[in-house]
Amino acid sequence: MNIVVCVKYVPDAQSDRTFSDDHTTDRTNVDGLLSELDEYAVEEALKLVEAGEGEVTVLTVGPEVAVEAVKKALKMGAHKGVHVCDDAIHGSDAGATSLVLAKAVEKIGKPDLVLTGLASTDGTMSVVPAMLAERLGLPQVTQVSELSVADGSVKGRRDTDIASETVEASLPALVGVTDQINEPRYPSLKGIMAAKKKPVETWSLSDLGLDAAQVGFEGSWTKVVDVTQRPAREKGEVQPDEGDGGTKLVEFLNKSKLV
Amino acid sequence: MAEVLVLVDHTDGAVKKTSAELLTIARRIGTPSAVFIGSQVEAARPRLAQFGAEKVYVIDNADVADYLVAPLAEALEAVVKQAGDVAAILVPTSGTNKEAAARLAVKLESGLITDAQDVQAGDDGIVVTQTAFAGGYTLQGVVTQGTPIITVKPNTTPPQASQAGAQVVPVELTVSDTAKGAKITEVQEKKKSGRPELTEAAIVVSGGRGTGGDFSPVEGFADALGAAVGASRAAVDAGWYPHSNQVGQTGKQVSPQLYVACGISGAIQHRAGMQTSKTIVAVNKDEEAPIFELVDFGIVGDLFNVLPQATEAVKQAKS
Ligand SMILES: Cc1cc2nc3c(=O)[nH]c(=O)nc-3n(C[C@H](O)[C@H](O)[C@H](O)COP(=O)(O)OP(=O)(O)OC[C@H]3O[C@@H](n4cnc5c(N)ncnc54)[C@H](O)[C@@H]3O)c2cc1C
Ligand SMILES: Nc1ncnc2c1ncn2[C@@H]1O[C@H](COP(=O)(O)O)[C@@H](O)[C@H]1O
Repeated sequence: MNIVVCVKYVPDAQSDRTFSDDHTTDRTNVDGLLSELDEYAVEEALKLVEAGEGEVTVLTVGPEVAVEAVKKALKMGAHKGVHVCDDAIHGSDAGATSLVLAKAVEKIGKPDLVLTGLASTDGTMSVVPAMLAERLGLPQVTQVSELSVADGSVKGRRDTDIASETVEASLPALVGVTDQINEPRYPSLKGIMAAKKKPVETWSLSDLGLDAAQVGFEGSWTKVVDVTQRPAREKGEVQPDEGDGGTKLVEFLNKSKLV
Repeated sequence: MAEVLVLVDHTDGAVKKTSAELLTIARRIGTPSAVFIGSQVEAARPRLAQFGAEKVYVIDNADVADYLVAPLAEALEAVVKQAGDVAAILVPTSGTNKEAAARLAVKLESGLITDAQDVQAGDDGIVVTQTAFAGGYTLQGVVTQGTPIITVKPNTTPPQASQAGAQVVPVELTVSDTAKGAKITEVQEKKKSGRPELTEAAIVVSGGRGTGGDFSPVEGFADALGAAVGASRAAVDAGWYPHSNQVGQTGKQVSPQLYVACGISGAIQHRAGMQTSKTIVAVNKDEEAPIFELVDFGIVGDLFNVLPQATEAVKQAKS
């Protein structure tokens, strides 16, 4: 089974994330990493291939540094990487990003599975997988926290507020996984050494037959017009419990008309 | 004025509060029309009329419930085609709705903005306000192509009534074979807690690793306040509380009047789900816990002492 995993390079949530002057997420002046939520997709792909056969290709769309996300996945055990990198992609919204990903998946060749994470930890939209499925005409089995593949079909469990659903589709399919699905592995020393020899291809827009006007600011159907940093919440009163902490808490709620 | 389509959130025709909120928002930018998927439209009509729906487009087709996401996107597309002049499409934020909106955006070649905190009519079109980076930033966005598709968070706008006709308009839908690719083969309904829904509740009381697995003080306080119960990921990962109650980046994003964090340290991923709450209160043993940086009021203490006392105090105040 051949699997393509879509992974994103994102600013570390623990560092000071910020926006550039053109209102895009600053990805170059901040520590970045493979989005933690995409590690679950990489892990699931590795488990599926280890249980059978085939190859895992990791795919990212992003600036030069984004190749670090691919490298991390290769260290975890993925077989090869594809990095779509082109200055014209800068400023792409989810729709434009999904177009680039769709073209790249087609160029990689028809995989049996396209795997994605639940959401990117910077944009947190959770929409690229659905857009990608729509563009590729693949059945969409997303937000699953259990997955099995057998006899040419996938089966996943998807939780909503009111129910737990079992979803089935035949391959090829697009599968999105949540952070409930597995425990991503740490790269082993052997994995780190082996990753150095693994192939990573870098593709430009023209390699994908795309035009600069279809992506970036020009090709996006949305625009951020203003970004402001919110003032930090003002720290209120914090009191030690001297045996009457609960009473004091409710006094505060009463005073604030919350009870 | 052009129509603004509002996807109705309902259970068996019982319309959720978010739909009243979205209809209220829709009136700022055009003439609201509700989109009702299901068979109990008559049960839903009075509430939709009360909040200003001029029309109610109805799609009653079992395929929408039997297959994952793609048929819902086709249903919305069918309504857009029938309606003609559509100024915007508003859907309540949820996992499934966001994905349907995403597919619709590709179909209609239209811009999509998710998780709106506010939607207003601007001089050059609709302006959408969102937050980013765990509530650290406020963004304003616009759609530059097509019909704006916007998913709106619950609890962002107080619903205002405004009686309208809610004229029922049936819409035919034939779901394509491609959209029937992912079939829902089994549905296990979850037990209802009897408490308010997490994203709609005016008050949320959450417990974390500090509960040590015993949520009874958290639930007791929540019930005294008529609140919903939330949990941190640490508590969910430990198996102490269901994932559907998780608050944070990979759980629910809540914006209640009051959020009470008990035995929760306040990691950035947790803050991402609760930082826009009006008032934040915390109980934590550790005075250095980062959650105290955000609170309006905090008690440094053991939740097993503080919460039962607070529960009693609320019960007395109420009686
Ligand atoms: C990609 C990603 C996504 C994530 N998504 C989420 C998410 O959606 N939601 C989420 O919550 N987390 C999320 N996390 C995890 C997050 O980083 C933290 O690990 C988690 O929030 C910690 O939960 P906690 O505060 O309950 O536990 P801890 O950080 O262990 O804190 C427990 C707190 O309880 C206090 N305490 C202990 N005993 C008592 C007592 N008896 N009385 C009072 N206080 C006591 C302690 O002082 C401590 O401050 C995510 C992480 C990643 C990497
Ligand atoms: N630039 C990108 N490159 C590769 N994969 C991406 C990219 N952006 C989003 N994805 C995939 O889409 C998922 C959801 O992202 P989002 O819709 O941005 O929250 C992520 O978990 C990734 O699997």
